Amino acid sequence: MRLDIRLPIGLMFGILGGLLVIVGLLSSGSALQHSLGINVNLWWGIVMFVFGALMFIFGRRGNATARLAEESREGGKVEAMEHEQGLEK
Amino acid sequence: MKLTLLDWTIMVIYFVFVLGIGFALKRYMRTSTDFFLSGRSIPAWITGLAFISANLGAQEVIGMGASGAKYGIATSHFYWIGAIPAMAFIGVFMMPFYYGSKARSVPEYLKLRFDEKTRGFNAISFAVMTVLSSGISLYAMGLLLETLLGWDFSFSILVAALVVLVYVFLGGLTSAIYNEVLQFFLIVFGFAPLVFLGLKDCGGWAGLQMRLATVASSNGFSAGAWSESWKFMGTPAANPMGIEWFGLAMGLGFVLSFGYWCTDFLVVQRAMAAKSMLAARRTPLIAAIPKMLFPFLVILPGMIAIALTYKSGGSGFTLPKKPDGSFEYNMAIPMMLGHYFPTGMLGVGLTALLASFMSGMAGNVTAFNTVWTYDIYQSYIKRGASDHHYLWMGRMATVFGILISVAAAYITTRFNNIMDMLQLVFAFVNAPLLATFLLGMFWKRTTGHGAFIGLLAGTMGAAIHHGLTLPIGAQVGVKGGWFGVIHVYPSELAQAFWTAIFAWTSCFVMTILVSVFTRARADNELVGLVYSLTERAREDGVPWYERPALLAVLIVAAAIVLNILFW
Repeated sequence: MRLDIRLPIGLMFGILGGLLVIVGLLSSGSALQHSLGINVNLWWGIVMFVFGALMFIFGRRGNATARLAEESREGGKVEAMEHEQGLEK
Repeated sequence: MKLTLLDWTIMVIYFVFVLGIGFALKRYMRTSTDFFLSGRSIPAWITGLAFISANLGAQEVIGMGASGAKYGIATSHFYWIGAIPAMAFIGVFMMPFYYGSKARSVPEYLKLRFDEKTRGFNAISFAVMTVLSSGISLYAMGLLLETLLGWDFSFSILVAALVVLVYVFLGGLTSAIYNEVLQFFLIVFGFAPLVFLGLKDCGGWAGLQMRLATVASSNGFSAGAWSESWKFMGTPAANPMGIEWFGLAMGLGFVLSFGYWCTDFLVVQRAMAAKSMLAARRTPLIAAIPKMLFPFLVILPGMIAIALTYKSGGSGFTLPKKPDGSFEYNMAIPMMLGHYFPTGMLGVGLTALLASFMSGMAGNVTAFNTVWTYDIYQSYIKRGASDHHYLWMGRMATVFGILISVAAAYITTRFNNIMDMLQLVFAFVNAPLLATFLLGMFWKRTTGHGAFIGLLAGTMGAAIHHGLTLPIGAQVGVKGGWFGVIHVYPSELAQAFWTAIFAWTSCFVMTILVSVFTRARADNELVGLVYSLTERAREDGVPWYERPALLAVLIVAAAIVLNILFW
C-alpha cells in the first residue's frame, strides 16, 4: 500500500472541522461578539468537515500516490543516467 | 491574545499529521532519487500546489499583509504581473529543458548547458543563500510569536526547526511536498474566514473603498490610491509605492519575477519531481490558478486593517503603533486573527500562520540538501560513492542546513545589519541570473565563458547601481550610495526594481559580447538543452485541458481581466 496525500489531508480536516462544529454548537451568544455575531466555528467547521470528507473519499478511490524511483519511467531514467556517468558505484 | 486548551489541541493535531506523513514516507526513501527528486513520480496537481506553497513562507503571508496596509491594492502587482506571466512562461518554454535534460537541479542544468565554473558559482551562492534565508524567516517567526503570544523566542524556533527537520529527514522531498499541500489547504482555510469577517466589518467592498479613500487622502494621495492598482502608476509621486509603470513592469514584472519563478531551484525543484514531462510543464500552470487569487487572501486583510484603523468599523479593530509612531504593518494579519476569531477558529488561524513558516522553511531545506549533495558534495568532494552514501549525505545535509538556519536566526537577533547586508549581496547575485538562462536556452551561440563573465558583470552592475543611488530620506550605507549619490529614488522599492534592471542589462550585454568572441559548443552537444535544437514535444491525444500552451493562454488572460477589474 502506498500513501495517497488526500487521505491524511481528509482525515485532518475531518477532525479539525468536527471539533469546530462541536465547539460552535456549545458556544453561547457572548462568545460571538468579536466575530460580528456569526458563529464562525460552526459554519466554517461544517465547510472544513465536508472538504475533509471529500478528500478522504477521493483518496480512497484515486491513485495520487508517490512511487519509488525505479517504478516510474522518468525516475528510472535519472537513475540510469547516474549509473552511466559513474556518479554511483 | 489568549489561547485556550482547544487552540493548543488544534496545533498539536496539525503537528501529529505533519510528522505522521514523514514517518509514513520513510520506507519509500530507498535511493537518492527517491529522496531528492521524489523518484520523479508525483501527479501534477500535487507538485503544482507545492510549487506555490514552498514560496508561501513568512514573507508571503506577513509581508504581503503588511504591504496591503502600506500600499493598498497595488501590492497585487507582485502577483498579477509579478508572478503569473513568469509562471506561464516557465511552464510553456523553460520546463522542457529543465525536465527534459534530466538535470537533477538548476545548477546541474547550468553544468550541462555551459560549464563547471558557471555551475559552481550558482550552486555555492544558492546553497549559502537558501540556508541563510531560512534562518532569517525563522527569526521573523520567533519574533512574531514572541510579540503576539508571549512565547519564548528559543522555544518557538527550536520546535519549528525540529518538526521540519524530522519530516524532511525521514521523507525527503516527497515529505516536504506532501506537507506543503497540507499546509496550502490549511492556509486557505485558516485565512478565508478572516477576509469575510473583515470585509463584513467594513460594510463590504464599497465600505472598504470608502474607508481606503480616507486613508489615501490622510496620507496626501488621491482618493483611489489604495483601491486602484494601475491608475496612479503614471508618476512615482502619485502612488504610495513610489514607482512609475515602467520601472514596475520591467523591474518587477520582468527581471525580478521571471528571475525568481523561472530560475530559483526552490520552486523549480517541485516541478522536477513531477511524474512526466507533461506533468512538470503543467506544475507552474496549475500553481498559477490559486496564486492569482492569493491577493484576496493575503493582501485584502492588510487593506482592511488599515481601512478600519483610519475609520473604525463596528467591532473597533485598530492597527497597533510602534513607539516611534509608525504603524506595526507586520502585525496586520496576526492582530486581525486575534481580534475576529473565537477560540477554536483562532487555533486554526494560528496553525495556518505556523504552517506558512514551516512550508517556507522546508522548501529552503530540501532545495539546500539537493544542491549541496549533488552539485557540491558529489561534484567536488566525493565522486563515485554508492547511492546509499549520497542518500545518507542528503539526510546529514538536512540536519546541518537546519542547524545553520537556527544559528543564523540567533545571529540576526544580535546583528540585524549583517542580515540586511547579506540579503543585499544575495539580491546582487540573483538579479542577473535570468539573462543567463534566457540566453542559454534560446540562443545556441551562448558560451560558458560568456555566461560566467556575464553573471559576474551583472552582479557588479547591481552593486555599482546600488552604490550610486539612494532611496529618499535614507542614510548612506546598507541602503546604498556608498560610492556617492548621483540619483535619489522616491522609494526603496523603486531603487530595488531599477537595481534589478541594471543587473539584468549588464549581464545580458556582457554575455553576448563574450560569447561572440569565444568558441561555441557543437550543435549535437546541445540537443535537449537549447530551444532551437530540441524537438517540440508532441501533444497528440492530450486533452485540451492538459495542454500547457492553451492553459498558459487562459491563465494570462485571467490575470489581464483581474488587472482591468482593479485598474
